[in-house]
Formats: sequence, structure tokens, C-alpha cells
Amino acid sequence: MVITTTTDHDPVKTAAAAPEIDVLSDDPTQRPPLMTGQNDFTSITDDVCGIAERPKPPRAWYAAFGVSLVGTAVMFGMLGYLVLNGVGVWGNNQPVAWGWPIVNFVFWVGIGHAGTLISAILFLFRQGWRTSINRFAEAMTIFAVCCAAVFPGVHIGRVWMAYYLFPIPNQMEMWPNFRSPLLWDVFAVSTYALTSLLFWYMGMIPDLATLRDRAKGKIRQAAYGLFSLGWTGSARQWHRYEKAYLLLAGLATPLVLSVHSVVSFDFAVSQVPGWHTTIFPPYFVAGAIFSGFAMVVTLMIPARQFFGLKHLVTMKHLEIMCKIILATGMMVGYAYAIEFFIAWYGGNPYERFAFINRAMGPYAWAYWTMAFCNVVAPQAFWFKKVRTNLWAMMGVCILVNVGMWFERFVITVISLSRDFLPSSWDYFKPTAVDVLTFAGSFGLFFTLFLLFCRYLPMVAMAEVKTVLPQAHAGHGAHAEEVAQ
Amino acid sequence: MSAPELHGYVAYYDDVDSLIGAARRVKESGFRRFDAHSPFPVHGIDPAMGIRPTILPWLVLGAGLTGCAVALGMQYWMNGVDYAFLISGKPLFGLPAAIPVTFEVIILLSAITTFVGMLALNKLPLLSNPLHRTPGFERVTADRFAISIEAADERFDEQATREFLRETGATVIERCEADDSPAGLPKIVKQLTMVAAAIALIPPALIAMERYGTRTTPRIHLIPDMDHQPKAKTQSASSIFEDGRSMRAPVEGTVAVGEWIEDEYRATGKVADQWGSGFPFTIDEVVMQRGRERYDIYCGVCHGLDGLGRGPVSVRAESLQEAAWIPPTNLHDERLLTVPEGQLFDVITNGIRNMPAYSGQITVDDRWAVVAYLRALQRSRAADREDLPAERQEDFK
Repeated sequence: MVITTTTDHDPVKTAAAAPEIDVLSDDPTQRPPLMTGQNDFTSITDDVCGIAERPKPPRAWYAAFGVSLVGTAVMFGMLGYLVLNGVGVWGNNQPVAWGWPIVNFVFWVGIGHAGTLISAILFLFRQGWRTSINRFAEAMTIFAVCCAAVFPGVHIGRVWMAYYLFPIPNQMEMWPNFRSPLLWDVFAVSTYALTSLLFWYMGMIPDLATLRDRAKGKIRQAAYGLFSLGWTGSARQWHRYEKAYLLLAGLATPLVLSVHSVVSFDFAVSQVPGWHTTIFPPYFVAGAIFSGFAMVVTLMIPARQFFGLKHLVTMKHLEIMCKIILATGMMVGYAYAIEFFIAWYGGNPYERFAFINRAMGPYAWAYWTMAFCNVVAPQAFWFKKVRTNLWAMMGVCILVNVGMWFERFVITVISLSRDFLPSSWDYFKPTAVDVLTFAGSFGLFFTLFLLFCRYLPMVAMAEVKTVLPQAHAGHGAHAEEVAQ
Repeated sequence: MSAPELHGYVAYYDDVDSLIGAARRVKESGFRRFDAHSPFPVHGIDPAMGIRPTILPWLVLGAGLTGCAVALGMQYWMNGVDYAFLISGKPLFGLPAAIPVTFEVIILLSAITTFVGMLALNKLPLLSNPLHRTPGFERVTADRFAISIEAADERFDEQATREFLRETGATVIERCEADDSPAGLPKIVKQLTMVAAAIALIPPALIAMERYGTRTTPRIHLIPDMDHQPKAKTQSASSIFEDGRSMRAPVEGTVAVGEWIEDEYRATGKVADQWGSGFPFTIDEVVMQRGRERYDIYCGVCHGLDGLGRGPVSVRAESLQEAAWIPPTNLHDERLLTVPEGQLFDVITNGIRNMPAYSGQITVDDRWAVVAYLRALQRSRAADREDLPAERQEDFK
């Protein structure tokens, strides 16, 4: 690792020299520090900028980037094939007109929600520990929303007509139907994508300025210089910046709750048994946060390992996230149970059939995969041993990711495949194009993510600095003067 | 070469407390054009520097209210006024259904305003700032704290201000020299922008030419959808079959299902090319009721339920003064009273003048039932009291 400053700081060495602090301590009388080792403004700058400044990333990065690029190419290849041939290349049929594309859309949009939760809601709750992971999670949000945006666009069949989705004056003098949840969805997801992007970028401006001021090459100076917009870290700028950050957090918090609620309206406002339930909005939001946190942990464990961020993103951070996964997992499990209860209690025979069919019908395998991954697997997080074991954590989080994809499959496909007209009931089978497009979307996600890890500040340096003790007035020699 | 002009001084401090203390002293000394710089937001510096709360929240509130009005207005106008379409009897504009989009637009406009407003109030982007040319300033975004005082300040004095800054506890004081490099964009950027703009104009120019010019060959059909389908249509020519027709005649000696005619009069209304009279089957109460029902559905809209030619379609067409409208025939016309039943049947089957053929909508026997009902209708207007059944005659004295 090439560090261009004169300090001989080495996170691992200082961590070893520092007195042993148990960051995982549950003793409420002593509050362990948010980071391990002896960190100061210089060391944090060096550690985070060093990642983006090293001339060559680790070999594993190249390997992962290569695989991801292939995945991206596969996805765009499949999309091209789709455009040339039409949606018949998918497994979608009647009555399952919403197949994998919608399942994938909801899956990816849901993943994004954890990023906004960490960056906005935890900010409003003044959770200092979020500073180490918020940049990372926000980046994940942006890239997940990118992947999600692919699917509804191509799902309409004739992609060149995608502009019908928006109220754009057109030659037919027609306007979209604002009473349709599908249109609400367009507005919700577009707003979400743009607001998340603004939030992410605005948060990054001071850190990009740090990279600009350390940049050596002409291209790096120009690029970081352009995107940091001439930030000087002046108190007047910081004043407005902090107010803007607070406002964006305040705006993003109801937004994130609204987005998955609106996505759930796509289902809940229809009449299909298994979709037409009022529990959907809160149930979808809880599921989205659940899946998003699982994805953050899945990405964070290797990233902190490979890029030497273990002292900034400590085991404590991971443990807290595991607890959130456990809590949201329980909410999701509760929603599953209540759905069945209402199906029985509501006394609607079609509703009852839809739910019995979920658990015992031809797709029972999908239902029980979902139930195991989302309800049973996270129960392991009751044990601190599991919450602090990287491999166990990784295993559970991957299971949750799988389970949450299956949840959307169960909701979308099982409900549709047994609709009102028994003569048209059919078993849904995806085609190779379905599978490759979805697999390819992971390629796109990881390509963007790896580029982010390589060129942008992975940890919000300016924010992490504010949670260091020395960032607060009165910590230094002028304590009395300031206290006046 | 003359010495570069002084832009101001930058004084550096080691920690947050010295920065806040120094900022307070600079402010108390009456300086106005100064600023404190730090790698992260320092809490407690705003009162020390006398920074007043920003108006940004009010701008965002304005944007949110605008978003609310715009979204509600847009939905009301688009779905309720400009392109009103009724769906399942729901109101054209209903507030509950408008809430999600309204909410999202409020957030969208507020978020954009927050971001753009923050930049604008901070006068960003500002890519040419003399501070960035001061060597020590580079670490202000990493781990150093600084106060800058501009030479343009009224109280600025090259010597005294330097001394003053030293007193505030600055570890290092740097001269910040005015940026004498040209302020404009580099020439190459300008030239490239112009070239790019010129190239960007080509596609819209081509589109405009295609749209508004005239040409002798068919226009480019960019997205054909299914406008041109390689299939044979009715009555079209075909290069595949020997006879050059795309329609195939039935195989010799065969009759298609439903085309076999058993009773010529019943199917055509003709007997040996002459209009026939009478009905091909017995007319009873059931047939008469059926004929009345079919007549009211298919004929009454134009000819009127009473057959006088004053049906609702006809009345409407006259009130609109439709020039092309030919009024439907009065079915009680002298001429029609004597027309043979076969001809009436033929008119219903094949249409006449403006009246379309009804063979597609009314089956053969139903058409005869309509003819029978029509005859009864005609009779009803030329009837005497004696024609009524004895028990009803009393009602018409």
C-alpha cells in the first residue's frame, strides 16, 4: 500500500499497541469506542484515501472485476436478444404475465432500502456507528436501484415505448393513468433513484475534495477536482452543507418507507388472491430492510478484509447489523404468519385456497425455501457467537438474500399461476434467458461496486472524523475557553 | 514580472479548540471577509464566527409546497380535464389516488432544491479559487484547520493582520496570492465544446429534415412495430397461387359449413329470382315476440320503436345537422305496405342505401320474425276498432 504522507501510521501495528478494548462489550456503563486502534484525522484520511490511491488494487479485485464484467456483458447481451425477439424469450405466460422480471425488480429495489435506512434514518436517530458504513451502504443503494431499473423498463415488451411510463406530451395526446399503482411506482422509484444519488453524491463532496488535494496525476486532479466542485471545507459551507444533509435525511426517511409501500401497491391494489392484502406495505418495507442489511453484510465482510478497514468497520458494526437482521427477520416471519391467519380468519375461500396452495401446492418447495431462509436462518443471530463469527454471519446473510428473492417469487408467481380461471392455470418455468439476465444483473451490480471501491472514498471520512473524541470542542487545551 | 497580488492570509491551527478560539477573535476584531476551514463540520464554530442560520430550509419548504401544487394540478388536469377517461366508474380525479404521486413529487422537488440550493448558497461549483493554490491548504481537507482572511476586507493590513493571526495561536501563516491565471476556460475546452455542440446539432437537423421536407420515396419507418405484416389479406393478389388470388375457392363439389341452402325462399326471400310473399314458416306468438325484441334492439334505434323513422340516432343526427345524414325511412309509408315480405327480408339481410346489412347480427329466422313484427306494426296503424279482440274493443271507444 502506497501512502503519500510522512506519517508512519500502520493501523494493524497501532491496534496491537493500543490497550485491548472489547468493542463487543454489552456493559451499558462503559461505552466502547466506535473504532479500534488509535485513530486520528491523519490516519483516517490515509487509510481511506490510500485505498483509492494505490497504483494497483489487490489481485482479487481484478479477478472479481473480470467476472463481473462478463456478467454485465451477459446481461446486456440477453437484453439485446430480448429486444430483438420480444418477451416470448422469457418463461412468462398467461396467467403468469409477471414472471422473473418483476421478481428481480422488487428484489433489487428492496436491497437498496438498507442504504437509505443507514444513511437517513440512523442519521436522524443520531447513531454514530453509521458513519463507518453509510457511504458503502449508500453506494449499494444506488447500484441496486440501477439493477432494479433495468427490469420494469424491459418488461413492458416494446422498450422503445418506455416513455409512455412518464407524463410526456406525445403525438397521441394521451396522458398516463394516475389512478394506477403502476404509475405511482414509476414516480416512487424515479424519485428514490434521484434522491439517493443526490444524497450519496452530496455526502461525498468533502471526501472527493480530500482526494483532490492529495491527488498526484493530472487526470486524477482534474477528475476529483471537477467532482468536488471547489469545496474548501469552509465553516460557512459546512453550515449549509450540514443543514442540507439533515434536510435530505428528513426527506429520504419518509421516501424510503413510501417506495416499498408503493411497490407493494402494485400487488395489493389488484384483486388477485394472495396479493389483495392490507399488510403488504409494512411487510414489504420490513422485508426490504431485512434483505438490504443482509446484502450490506455480505459485501462488507470481504471489503473490510481486503481493503484493510477492519479498524473502522469493527466487529461491533457487524454485530449491530446482525441484530437488525434478526429484528427485521422476525417482522417478516410475523407477516408470513399473519397472512395465513387472515386467510383463515377472513373466511374468503379464494384467499384461503391461495395460501394453502402456497404452502402445499406445486410451488411448496419455493415457499419452504423462503420460510427457512428468512425465518429460521436468522434465528442463529440470537447467539453472540454467531453474530461475531464472520463465516457464520456470511452464511446466514447469503441465505437471507436467497430467501428474499424467493419471497418475491412466491408472491408474484404462485399467486398468478392459480388465478380466477382454473382452465388457464399453468406451472411457470423460467427460460435460460430469464436465468442469465438475472445472473447478469449481479454482474452489473458488482462491476459498479468494484469501480466504487477502486476510485471513490469507501468510508465517509469527514463523518467518521466527527465521531472521534478530538473532533469536539473542549477535548484539547482550550477547554475552559470554549466552555464559557 | 511584478509580485503577484495578495489575496489574503491563511493561518493554520492544530486542533478544533484553537480554531474556534481564533475564529471568535477574528470576528470580534471586526473582520468580515474571513472564513474557517476544517476537514469536517466543527460544532460550536457557527456562533463563534457569527454565522446566521441559512435560509435553505425555507427554500426547501417552498419547493415542497410547489411540488404539492404542481403534482395535484398535473393529475387533475391530465386525467380530469385534458384527457378524461373513465375507469371502472371511478371518479376522474380522486384525492386518495393522487396522494402517492403528489408525495413523490414533493420529495423530488424538495431534494433537488436542497442539493442545488446548498451549492448555490455556497457559490459552488467554484473551480478556480486562490486558496487551492496555497500549498499548505491541501491538508485542510485531511487533518488541518485554517482561518483565511481576505485582503479585500476593510480592516486588512498586510503587517498588522499577520501579527494578529500569530497572536491567535496560528502555527503557520501563509500568504495566499491572487490567482493571475486566466479565469476563463482553457481554449481547447472551448473549441471541443463548440465542435461537440455542432455535432450534436446534426441528429435534430436530420430529424427536422425528414419530418418537414418532402420526398418521393417512402419515409424511414424507424420502429415498424407490426405495421407491415407479410400476410395475405382478403381480395389481395398473390404470387404464390397460379390464379394470382390470395383467397382460395372451395374445393370443387363441396359446400362450406353453414352455407348449404335447403329452402331458397327462407334463405334469400326470392323464389326463382322474384320476390316472394308470405313467410317460410308458421308465425305464432313466440315468433312475434322474438321479432319485436330484435326489432327494438336493431331497428328501433333509427326507425323508432313505432317505425315512423324518428329513432334516437335519427333525432340526434338531425339536431347535429349532419349534412351526410339520410333520414331513415318511415316504415308506414304507402309503398312499404305493399312490398312483398321477401323484399323486406332482403333489405334487412343486405341493407339498402345508407342502411347497413344486418345478416351478421340477426340470424335468418330472426330476420323473418322481424319482418312479421313489422307487418304487425304496419297493421297497427291502419287498424279499425273491429280488428281488436272483443274484450279490448271497450278500451277504444
